[in-house]
Amino acid sequence: MSGFRLRGHAAPLVPFTWQGRAMLGAQGDTLAAALLANGVRTVGRSFKHHRPRGIMAAGEEEAGALVTLGEGARTTPNLKPSVVELEAGLVARAQNCWPSLRFDLGAVNDRLSPLFAAGFYYKTFMGPFADTRIWMACERLIRRAAGMGAASPLPDPDLYDRVHGHCDVLVAGSGPAGLAAAREAADAGLDVVVAEADFALGGDRLSDRDPQELAAALAELDALPNVRLMARTMVFGLYDHGVAGLVERLPAGAPWRERLHVMHARKVVAATGALQRGFVFGDNDRPGVMSAAAARTYVRRFGVAPAREVVVAGAEDSAYAASIALAQAGLDVIHLDAREAAPPALAERARAAGVDLRPGWVPVRTQGHALGGELRGLSVGRHLGDGRARAETRLPAEILAVSGGWSPSIHLTTQARQKPAWSAELGCFLPGEGEVLSCGAAAGVWSREGAETSGRAAGRLAAIALKATRRRPLKDADPGGDEAPPAALWEVRPAGRAFHGAGKAYVDPLHDVTADDVRLARQEGFEAPEHMKRYTTLGMAPDQGKAGGVIGLAVLAVARGEGTGSLAPTTFRPPYAPVSMGIFAGPDRGPGWAPVRRTPFHAQAEAAGAVFVDAGLWKRAWFFPRPGEDLTAASMREAAMVRATVGVADVSTLGKVEVQGRDAAAFLDRIFANPMANLPVGRARYGLLLREDGIVLDDGTVWRLAGDRFLVTCTTAHAATTAEHLARWRFRWPELDATVDETTEAWCGLALAGPRSRAVLEALTGADVSDAALPHLGVREIEATGAPARVARLSFSGERAYEVMVRPEAAAALWQAALAAAGAEGGGPYGLEALDILRVEKGHVTGREIDGRVTPGDLGMPGMASRAKDYVGRALMEREGLLDPARPVLIGLRPVEPGAKVAGGALLHPLGAETGRGIGHVSSVADSPALGMRIALGFAAGGPARWDGKLLMAKDPISGRDVKMRAGPPCFLDPWGERLHG
Amino acid sequence: MRLTCPFCGPRDVAEFVYEGPFSGAPQTERPALSAAPAAWVEAVFLRDQPRGETRELWRHLHGCGCFLDVLRDTLTHEVRAVAFADPADAAAMRAKP
Ligand SMILES: [Zn+2]
Repeated sequence: MSGFRLRGHAAPLVPFTWQGRAMLGAQGDTLAAALLANGVRTVGRSFKHHRPRGIMAAGEEEAGALVTLGEGARTTPNLKPSVVELEAGLVARAQNCWPSLRFDLGAVNDRLSPLFAAGFYYKTFMGPFADTRIWMACERLIRRAAGMGAASPLPDPDLYDRVHGHCDVLVAGSGPAGLAAAREAADAGLDVVVAEADFALGGDRLSDRDPQELAAALAELDALPNVRLMARTMVFGLYDHGVAGLVERLPAGAPWRERLHVMHARKVVAATGALQRGFVFGDNDRPGVMSAAAARTYVRRFGVAPAREVVVAGAEDSAYAASIALAQAGLDVIHLDAREAAPPALAERARAAGVDLRPGWVPVRTQGHALGGELRGLSVGRHLGDGRARAETRLPAEILAVSGGWSPSIHLTTQARQKPAWSAELGCFLPGEGEVLSCGAAAGVWSREGAETSGRAAGRLAAIALKATRRRPLKDADPGGDEAPPAALWEVRPAGRAFHGAGKAYVDPLHDVTADDVRLARQEGFEAPEHMKRYTTLGMAPDQGKAGGVIGLAVLAVARGEGTGSLAPTTFRPPYAPVSMGIFAGPDRGPGWAPVRRTPFHAQAEAAGAVFVDAGLWKRAWFFPRPGEDLTAASMREAAMVRATVGVADVSTLGKVEVQGRDAAAFLDRIFANPMANLPVGRARYGLLLREDGIVLDDGTVWRLAGDRFLVTCTTAHAATTAEHLARWRFRWPELDATVDETTEAWCGLALAGPRSRAVLEALTGADVSDAALPHLGVREIEATGAPARVARLSFSGERAYEVMVRPEAAAALWQAALAAAGAEGGGPYGLEALDILRVEKGHVTGREIDGRVTPGDLGMPGMASRAKDYVGRALMEREGLLDPARPVLIGLRPVEPGAKVAGGALLHPLGAETGRGIGHVSSVADSPALGMRIALGFAAGGPARWDGKLLMAKDPISGRDVKMRAGPPCFLDPWGERLHG
Repeated sequence: MRLTCPFCGPRDVAEFVYEGPFSGAPQTERPALSAAPAAWVEAVFLRDQPRGETRELWRHLHGCGCFLDVLRDTLTHEVRAVAFADPADAAAMRAKP
């Protein structure tokens, strides 16, 4: 007979589905409790060996089997049934088994297990099999056979939330110690948060015989205005400065599935309890083998008997609490105590409850059913000391409840770099001292009274540290508290004859790591715990050392001949238990993953039919298609329009920085590679800025609005970097009277370009903008459509052109007036693509050329680097490598066959030497209406001086297309700039 | 991790950018513009890797924009002190009514 619900457990029924079968659980169940109550013993197959596994625990230390929850896009694999809250309609299934749970073809892996011994995978990387067909075949076999559940390939339809929170004291855990600590801190007036990973608050108190006491204590605490009790909330990580990561699972039906709390706590109390570990013996992984504490929890908290016939095998006192609880529930209990002498008081209580107590005995190997492998009995023997025993007799059992000792959950203090110390006396790691306070079982204090004392003491210490009380520290409870010391029992090894027939002895069932694997690791030289862990995968992934960590270290220490008097811990890192990826993405996904920047002209451009393109965070008008036009057709028409009449483009995204002060001119003279101090008021100048290392940071224009007032414009892509660069240097030159303010979004602007652009500007301003009043590179502050405007005569297209900047509130009026005036001249709007065509035709550079690798010389502008003054970047620009005459320099390229379409990024090669990296690359391409072909800008070693008029092969290794091109200077149109004045 | 900006108060580290090691005097952070390339190589490319207390320059970029003089321990991540790095900011703060 298998598990069943005990009489007297009154709770509403909850329907759910397991392996396609409809079942009923009880409200308050975990999935594991409901499965046990429904008589399910095998819940999955193991990771590598495909052995049947059942429920082994009642918490995060579950190492038995992982399950997959949900269907379709909501499929979540690799969950521990022991912590999954049973909700109505829950759908769960076993994983890692085919074709069915009970008849698993992969179970042959169990027979082939030499193939799956620790390190096999690594070994095949090296040595004679590496890169061979054998290795490839093995790899495919291993990858298919050794697996976890499969995640859904569909997008997650659920929402995840992220909130920042603050509190004085964060208490992790709501067991006896946690509640006592919270109460003490709250009484000192502190703002307290209690986070409990379980869906029910109370920790070990949930297994009390009388549930009323806990309910009253929780109600009292909950009524305090300065206490927040958070169930379903796990503290998964501690970070610097008291920042804790908490993940809250919301119950079904909530708008969010999970919520990440970034909790800023002034003090953290770890009341995280302890995890019970077993010990190792033959075939200690069968369905039916579980921890003694788990058996007690199922009986007491969930009213579920895991089976009728139980053997408890313990090496320490707490096993008695389990056998007493099970016997009191009416189950047949045989209790094996590995110690020669049972603790007298506990033994008497156990016998009184009806437990058949056998001191000095241990399990040696389990037996299972021929079909399915579930536990049906075990061989036991007298403990001869040091884990040695000889199988002497057999006991029937459906459940074997094991207790080898307790491991305090020291994950949080370890994350806070508080180094744990091994206590040989208690057989566990105790948390290190430090900022994070530990109490209760997390500090190795086992008894209920001790835990409460320890919790109060921690709460008082937190209050003292935060200066919330002037009272003295309370006396803390000492770790331990057992009636008799625990036996240091890690592994039962058959005494005498060879190990033949000893079965597999698992240290970490979740990863199928056996005690022999640990010994093999040592034998092969992986002696350090961290090396052994990596070699065997012990305690990795979902387990994080909860189930087998300490046993693995002990088995390793014994194998090294060192004994277990002193063990060194491995490092715990966040998260404490697996958390979903969704919480880290939070709400930042889809259209909300990054902010969207729209210019003040956005609505007008949209109404004019613009198609937008992402440029960084900006949405920029890309082209304005007429019916039937695609990107190429529309942008070529727009570019031709600018050269014929006039075009209007939104240039609001240009970076803008205002520099003011008595020394503003001197400041800019130091910043730019070309002279700026001598720029007259009312004039603008093109300039290059270098980084400290002599590489071009950006290009831009400087407008001198007044003697002590400048506007610097820079490219859209580099706006933030350039503004930061200016601010940084202003800080470094405190002797200069200058201020630097970024005003990118304070002004918006339109470019008016084309031979008819002056007419449009006249219509907008009503001012005299003749060549005398506003010459090329002139700057004026006048009104446009009734609003203050800054106007400069600057050209990116090579045509007569103006930039008009106004405040955002004047944007709509400016756009409408500009479009109307342009329309009257036969022009219209143009987008980013046409802007790009026009500048490529003129050989002007953008971020594609200023790519963080080029010097002014590389851009064909060596003259921009002044020899008459000092400026940022000058010193390092004179490094040898940057002066190398073989550096690639900007060139123009036109195809030999007019119809050929070269692609950006193509590599340039001299004809006949078309291998390797070539001598340069294509940076920008444009379908030029002016030239009637696709032209390109690029870089080639030696530049125009070397290649003018010669042929180069542009090879695109991605498309495999080669285009023969003739090199020349980068300017394709109007080399003498006559159109600027047209 | 949080830094307490002397102008804005305690703020999450995401609001700040790290600028590099700090000597305490803005004007000596870099060699003179006229200095030889060797001095610039030293300043731009070579970094100490201090263990323990270190003085750093940060900027509250997504806040007040001030440059900050931060005393931090690279071993414990403890932030010992945050002050204005620019004496002008400190003076302006003192002059505040
Ligand atoms: Zn600030």
